[in-house]
Amino acid sequence: MSRAGYTSLALGALLGLRARKLRTALSGLGIAIGIAAAVAVLGISASSRANLLAQLGAEGNLVTVTAGQSFDGSPAPLPLTAQPMIARIPPVESVTAIGYVPGATVRRTAAVPAVDSGGISVYAAQPGLLGTLGGGVAAGTFLNAATARYPAVVLGAVAAQTLGIARVGPATQVYVDGRYFAVIGILRPVPLVPALDEAALVGFPAADALLGLGGHPTQIYLRAAPDQVQPVVSVLPFTANPAQPEGVQVSLPSSILAARAAARTAYAGLFLGLGAVAVLVGGVGIANIMVIAVLERRAEIGLRRALGATRRRVGLQFLTESVLLSALGGAAGVLAGAAATAGYAVASGQPTVVPAVSVAAGFGIALGTGALAGVYPAARAARLAPAEALRAT
Amino acid sequence: MTAILELDGVFKAYPGEPPVTALAAVDLKIHLAERAVVLGPSGSGKTTLLHVAGTLERPSRGRVTIGGQEVSGLSDAELSAVRGRRLGFVFQHFHLLDHLDAVQNVALGLVYTGTPARDRRATAIDALDRVGLHRRLGHRPAQLSGGERQRVAIARAVAGQPDVVLADEPTGNLDSAAGQQIIDLLAGLADDGTAIVVITHDPAVAAAMDRRVAMQDGRIVSDDGPVSQ
Repeated sequence: MSRAGYTSLALGALLGLRARKLRTALSGLGIAIGIAAAVAVLGISASSRANLLAQLGAEGNLVTVTAGQSFDGSPAPLPLTAQPMIARIPPVESVTAIGYVPGATVRRTAAVPAVDSGGISVYAAQPGLLGTLGGGVAAGTFLNAATARYPAVVLGAVAAQTLGIARVGPATQVYVDGRYFAVIGILRPVPLVPALDEAALVGFPAADALLGLGGHPTQIYLRAAPDQVQPVVSVLPFTANPAQPEGVQVSLPSSILAARAAARTAYAGLFLGLGAVAVLVGGVGIANIMVIAVLERRAEIGLRRALGATRRRVGLQFLTESVLLSALGGAAGVLAGAAATAGYAVASGQPTVVPAVSVAAGFGIALGTGALAGVYPAARAARLAPAEALRAT
Repeated sequence: MTAILELDGVFKAYPGEPPVTALAAVDLKIHLAERAVVLGPSGSGKTTLLHVAGTLERPSRGRVTIGGQEVSGLSDAELSAVRGRRLGFVFQHFHLLDHLDAVQNVALGLVYTGTPARDRRATAIDALDRVGLHRRLGHRPAQLSGGERQRVAIARAVAGQPDVVLADEPTGNLDSAAGQQIIDLLAGLADDGTAIVVITHDPAVAAAMDRRVAMQDGRIVSDDGPVSQ
């Protein structure tokens, strides 16, 4: 058949479907629901993944070094040499440390009883912390070389909420372990190190001078060159504490987050399965409606045969209608799935990602389902004897 | 004078216990520009004759020749081409497609003859003009009277300039006034050289045709014979 022949076939099928709008809409609905579910599931998990990658800095190259826990469960200190030694490992791009201040509490004022500390821990931090972790301040500023020497504190997002501090003013203060500290900033949530959200951060010099830390870090965060993460991890225990390398714990918080996200998308398989069932049921529905159409339109088939349509042409006509019906359902499903993805992403503050492959696969599956569903009705239409078909009025 | 449509010893039997013989030893020759009417009671085999002559059914025995070509050995595609190019059909129930307007219904007959899309519309409008429906081009069947619908069907049958138009009870669903218009239209087709074969119960149709063929029990019982040209 010529290209013009295929064009008139498609146009004829479109006219035929337009003549039965309600039936077309209802029978395309099953396919639309299935494809929408599949596209939405793939889109939502892709959006979550994009969000995660944005959190991880795309590379997942953050490494945490700790000395484990002391007997009372609080973080154990690392040697003072740990950070400068780690900084010398060539693939390490940046390194920063925090030091847990044991026993320190943070309260809104001295009048608040010490037991109502709200679970806020105090850490000493370095000005480069946010650069390494990829965090930011929601209000005020972070510690710098100057403020790190004075009684100044930066609150984690949850800690600030617990203390009821939403804004940073010149007179905003909190009571830390026996004296008032000026609140100079509030952090945005730090997904890679959630412990910081419930912490109050002071400078190392201030922690040493005012809180008796002694300069020992308890955790070291570092970014390694993305392709060198594993070699760096293998040398970190010896570098951080050559005397007791077995006590050093090295972890990749990015891999923990990735595992958590993978667990969140475990339901994706279930929904994809449900989508597949919906597409299957939709396909059966289309096959059913096309068989009915062949029965109802016997006179039309007889007429077309009398006008010179070949068996093949009549069969192709019904196959085209079936594919077109399914394709319309698939297109509606792709749009609905993309809209659902966008709605979810906007509502949860994630970037909207609709993978092109899911759109193409969704549409392709719809076309394939329509073709499969149309084979039997098309064969029936083609087999119909013209004289017999014409007797049906 | 050569026949455009020729049935030679045609038998048609339908399977059953006992088998039903619809046509028995039918010989019929139709020439160009001939106006023939096939008469007979219900069950006499008129419609089967039309279907076999129109290649819509294959005979059980015998030969059907259209334009000098014996059709029994033709493939489905070749038979379809014969139907599309040489034959036109008019039915009692019009068989128009409800969702297409008059022009689209007429153009449908040209789709299968390979006429390019741009020519189909112009040819369809010409054909509708011939049957006096140039003011009804965009109307759908539901918006047309019975007589107008049958005129659309006639336009569809003649749009491809067939050699033979086969009409099955074309006035069967029409009142006498509308029926008369259809009779005049059909009779007029022969003026252009098209052969007309009409199956009917309607005496008015029979009166308007030149040649009367009477059937009974699957046989031709009387035939005026070809009118000498």
